[in-house]
Amino acid sequence: MGMSGDRADKQSGRRAGKGAGLLVVGSVAMLILSFASVPLYRAFCAATGFGGTTQVAKLAPAKPGERRLSVRFDANVARDLPWRFEPETPRIVLRTGETATVYYKVVNLSDQETAGVAAYNVSPDQAGAYFDKLACFCFSEQKLAPHESAEWPVVFFLDPALEADETMKRVEEITLSYSFFASKKPKESKPEESKPTGAASALAAKPKS
Amino acid sequence: MDAISTEAGAHHDHPTGLRRYLFSTNHKDIGTLYLVLAVVGGLIGFLMSLAIRAELSHPGISVFPGLSALLYGTDPTNLDAAKNLYNVFITAHGVLMIFFFVMPALMGGFANWFVPIMIGAPDMAFPRLNNISFWLLAASLVLLVLSMFAEGAPGSLGFGGGWVFYPPLSSNTGHPGPAMDYVILSLHLAGASSILGSINFITTIFNMRAPGMTLHKMPLFAWAMLVTAFLLVLTLPVLAGAITMLLTDRNFGTTFYDPAGGGDPILFQHLFWFFGHPEVYVLILPAFGVISHIVSTFSRKPVFGYLGMAYAMVSIGFLGCIVWAHHMYTVGLSLNAQRYFVFATMVIAVPTGIKIFSWIATMWGGSISFRAPMVWAIGFIFVFTLGGVTGVVLANASADRQLHETYYVVAHFHYTMSLGAVFAIFAAFYYWFPKMTGYLYNETLSKAHFILLFIGINLVFFPQHFLGLAGMPRRYIDYPDAFALWNYWSSVGAAIAAVSVLLFFYTVAEAFLRKREAGANPWGVGATTLEWTLSSPPPFHQFDTLPRITGSGHH
Repeated sequence: MGMSGDRADKQSGRRAGKGAGLLVVGSVAMLILSFASVPLYRAFCAATGFGGTTQVAKLAPAKPGERRLSVRFDANVARDLPWRFEPETPRIVLRTGETATVYYKVVNLSDQETAGVAAYNVSPDQAGAYFDKLACFCFSEQKLAPHESAEWPVVFFLDPALEADETMKRVEEITLSYSFFASKKPKESKPEESKPTGAASALAAKPKS
Repeated sequence: MDAISTEAGAHHDHPTGLRRYLFSTNHKDIGTLYLVLAVVGGLIGFLMSLAIRAELSHPGISVFPGLSALLYGTDPTNLDAAKNLYNVFITAHGVLMIFFFVMPALMGGFANWFVPIMIGAPDMAFPRLNNISFWLLAASLVLLVLSMFAEGAPGSLGFGGGWVFYPPLSSNTGHPGPAMDYVILSLHLAGASSILGSINFITTIFNMRAPGMTLHKMPLFAWAMLVTAFLLVLTLPVLAGAITMLLTDRNFGTTFYDPAGGGDPILFQHLFWFFGHPEVYVLILPAFGVISHIVSTFSRKPVFGYLGMAYAMVSIGFLGCIVWAHHMYTVGLSLNAQRYFVFATMVIAVPTGIKIFSWIATMWGGSISFRAPMVWAIGFIFVFTLGGVTGVVLANASADRQLHETYYVVAHFHYTMSLGAVFAIFAAFYYWFPKMTGYLYNETLSKAHFILLFIGINLVFFPQHFLGLAGMPRRYIDYPDAFALWNYWSSVGAAIAAVSVLLFFYTVAEAFLRKREAGANPWGVGATTLEWTLSSPPPFHQFDTLPRITGSGHH
């Protein structure tokens, strides 16, 4: 090949480099997107109530709606958190647009200060968009002194807009569920059970940074 | 002209021995390396599947206690060690067959060998990158094998959570030991290898086609590799992200998949299958490409509906990226999400049907010669269609809720992969073996290989449909007596398949020993792609003068 061939080679080489660069950018973008899926999905659920994600409201609705639904309360505690946690009442009946306050009773059964965070949602899934909380212990981490007990309120209402939703027509009962997990924040002393299970001891055995 | 070609010869030196392969930048040598790696990976994976079938041939636990004693030196009466080793074997079998057999054979081996030749290019666009891709994969295989000898679940060796690596079984809860970390790093390397290889293929296909070879005249195997490479570039980074999150969950206290910290284990399944579903098309699209060439060659007709074939692959690739959650019907998806994934999944049957009917239409009215590659290709079309039909069954969320995690699913994906992709690999091997080596193999032996493998592997997997419908779950070392009959026959099939593998090695050895010259084109007028214009084996550097593609016909 002569000079013209060299120039053509260089040119096609540059074109190849550019194409490959674009592909690298594309795959890095997909990598970033995979991590970004976590906050994106959270934002999507918060905005739409997808998967039974409850809504946060600042103000109660001005006037009540028509329907009456029952709301059931469910409470769970993870194995490694030494708490007793239960709703004051298992079930209430509530008119849409009316604000209700329900208390959960909680006791720290251990001799140490412990902290927990609640994961929560409602069932059925489509009710999430209409379940509005004004105040909840689940919005932040909760701490309990040794053997301390407390009553924590949840203030919420059912959005009257649910009456217009076709998928809510046959829903008579909504279940609000909480699961408390030991707080994962660093430097929190891990509560040890007297007889740790295999899985829990494996967790504890692994050094965490 | 003489002076010029001498200069070119001096410029490209011709290394020999270890240097030729270790530092190779030649696409054909790297293709050969990949094929050797595929044989190694495939053989280990196959031996593991034989152990699994031996264990399942009768109810009770009989093979793995001894195997565990042999491999790990555990007490031969220790059933827990046997169960753990069984789980490690099914996991390693899956990973090996996907990443170290089918991918290196079709993508690394045949595509490296023939994509540059078919498009009339002297080599790949980035020859050194090609070398890196191969050796990353070799290192990845080493890490995977090492993981089998590191602690996984407390008190046992290796990772036994299945090739899908779902947390919490793959997180500290299930496998706190370093075995899973080895697997993660192995996948990182394999992923990097495939991404670099894919970038190389795309750049080669876009920039290095011979003058006159437009995209719409390009051979279908090159089309298949183009789509496959795009799938890998777009989805492998998502797998890398998913397993990196798993790695940090395991070692650095993040909680991406841990509900205790606000995470969600289902996130892993979404990310994994966003990669995992396109991955099955990565395994089968190159097979589609090969089969098109073989069917056309031995029917002595151009491929029926060339453009339809090319764009069917493009649409299969696109659809493959938007149906991932049909692997997750049982995780509690909303009904609307299930409806969408059912529908989208079934749509894939349309372009797939176009391909299958086009292959049949290519044969229709053709002057068919039943040479060995053609027999394998027809076998492929048969078994792949069977696997596709059960795929449509499983696409229904309502049916899948019954069949999820049963042997019906195992039968389905083995019909597409273990029979489909593997038959295509053997078809491609027998099609291109004379080109790659310059020698002819014995037709009778290779047809005997086909018949044995066809009978054997159908006997392995067809009865598994019955087992799955009867409710036998996957991933267990033992089963109730009610499932004994079909498990027995399935294991008999595995023994027949093992004989066929021995016959395969004999066929290859015989071809190398007898040294029957193949000539440039042993297949006659039907073989129209550019590789048949070169000598067999092709020169170390081909196309010093680029071929010119004229006329309106495609290849």
